Amino acid sequence: MGAPSKSQPPEPAVWRRLARAAAPGFGAVAVVLAIWQVVVWSGWRPEWVLPPPMQVFARLGRELLERETWRALQITLWRALLGYAIAIVVGGALGLLMTRLRVLRTAFGGLTTGLQTMPSIAWFPLAILLFQLGEPAILFVVVLGAAPSIGNGLLDAIDQIPPLLVKAGRSLGADGFTLYRRVVVPAALPGFVNGLKQGWAFAWRSLMAGELIVMFADRPSIGMRLSQARELADAEGLLAWMVVVLAIGIAVHALGFGIAERRMLRRRGLLGAGH
Amino acid sequence: MNARLVHARLDARLIVDEERSIAIAVKEVTKEHGRGRDGVVALDRVSLEVRRGEFVCIVGASGCGKSTLLHLIAGLERPSAGSIGVSGGGVSIMFQDPALFPWLSVEQNVEFPLVTRGVPKLERRAKVDELLGLVRLQGFAKRQPHELSGGMRQRVALARALAHASHVLLMDEPFAALDALMRDRLHEELERIVAETKLTILFVTHNVREAVRLGDRVLLFSNRPGRLIAEFAVDLARPRRVESRAVIDLAARVTDQLWSHDHGRAVKVAAS
Repeated sequence: MGAPSKSQPPEPAVWRRLARAAAPGFGAVAVVLAIWQVVVWSGWRPEWVLPPPMQVFARLGRELLERETWRALQITLWRALLGYAIAIVVGGALGLLMTRLRVLRTAFGGLTTGLQTMPSIAWFPLAILLFQLGEPAILFVVVLGAAPSIGNGLLDAIDQIPPLLVKAGRSLGADGFTLYRRVVVPAALPGFVNGLKQGWAFAWRSLMAGELIVMFADRPSIGMRLSQARELADAEGLLAWMVVVLAIGIAVHALGFGIAERRMLRRRGLLGAGH
Repeated sequence: MNARLVHARLDARLIVDEERSIAIAVKEVTKEHGRGRDGVVALDRVSLEVRRGEFVCIVGASGCGKSTLLHLIAGLERPSAGSIGVSGGGVSIMFQDPALFPWLSVEQNVEFPLVTRGVPKLERRAKVDELLGLVRLQGFAKRQPHELSGGMRQRVALARALAHASHVLLMDEPFAALDALMRDRLHEELERIVAETKLTILFVTHNVREAVRLGDRVLLFSNRPGRLIAEFAVDLARPRRVESRAVIDLAARVTDQLWSHDHGRAVKVAAS
């Protein structure tokens, strides 16, 4: 454990820390864009099939000025949020039940791992049969995609609590609910956050798959825009919307999990000297 | 929870002993891990008493059930047979690993048992200040455990244990993971704290010199099964030093006794 020096430097400003954390990321993005541009220049595919990055970003800028774009973003993000929230409740409850009841665990342990590896797109035919082409079909698949990871994450997190900490807690007068609240939950938190992160990745993927399959006229979404762009052979628009998908995935990771997680790990002395 | 019941039941028996001021009474305690053929007898009909304010050390090779005995007294496990009594106020236990909660600061760790007991905030704060003063860590209240040295962490664990129960303390090889210099300093600290607080201590170690350095009495345990085989009174003036002639000589006698017991048993096994 890399214990920091005794005299801690004053905390730098938030924006500066963000900039420092994001700098390598921007470097990587620049490299990817450069490769993209080189491939375009090589003439491997005509520009109307594979447009150069500047053109795609210019298109993205124009798209962002349109009202319909924001509606699509709003609808997609709302679905993501709702599906993810349900997945946390379902997955969390499942995980907790499995830690409490050994029978459940032996019965469903393998199943949840299986569910985790099952491609969410394989659920769609069933979801459509069950719920028709509607919002519930999409939510169903998002929840099924994310909940197993979240449940398994919680299960692993609780399994990996050092027994000594629980023993210490008990010897200091904590039992029953108090032991859970004051020792088990905080001790399991880093592992649980990992499960939440993985759950988000699965939720976002499932949602994108779902929006490509389940579309209805008055509900624009990111997936729908992707699909439309392909039908119109609009490569520029297609790539612009793919950038949006990627950007949202990264933003949630960096802003939603990154900052809180680092804070938690630093507090516990679990961040290496390199961070 | 169950352990608490056991304590409560046995406290009644202890009231009789109040005038002799017994802090810990262990009577004919047996502990088996597992059952039948696979069962291992960790402790075999062990009886001992610790008087109030006494510092008793238990020495024995690893596997002699000495840690098990502390867990039983602390109520973390239940005996297979026999009874255990602890005088009012409860006991606290320290382990080789400080087992501090890494998500809490130093002062929050010390506060932990007070929070679980529902002590009001102002009272908690005063108690934490007092205890951090006792272990001389006032300046480190806001630090996280990982920022402290091993010795300092163990002092935080001591303060936390005293916040839980301030009369009877069980220590399970608490300094075994520290280097010798740090251990010497903590021995001095502990000796000072015992003098200031009139604490009763049952201290388990495999280090014979440490036992003689610290204890008023040293109890010798055999292993497999764990039995009490000898007892030594340590009538040496305090403060003591682990390097002093008297400590070394007595430690040598204790070690001889331990070896002769093991040897005697080895001969018996060979003969049978």
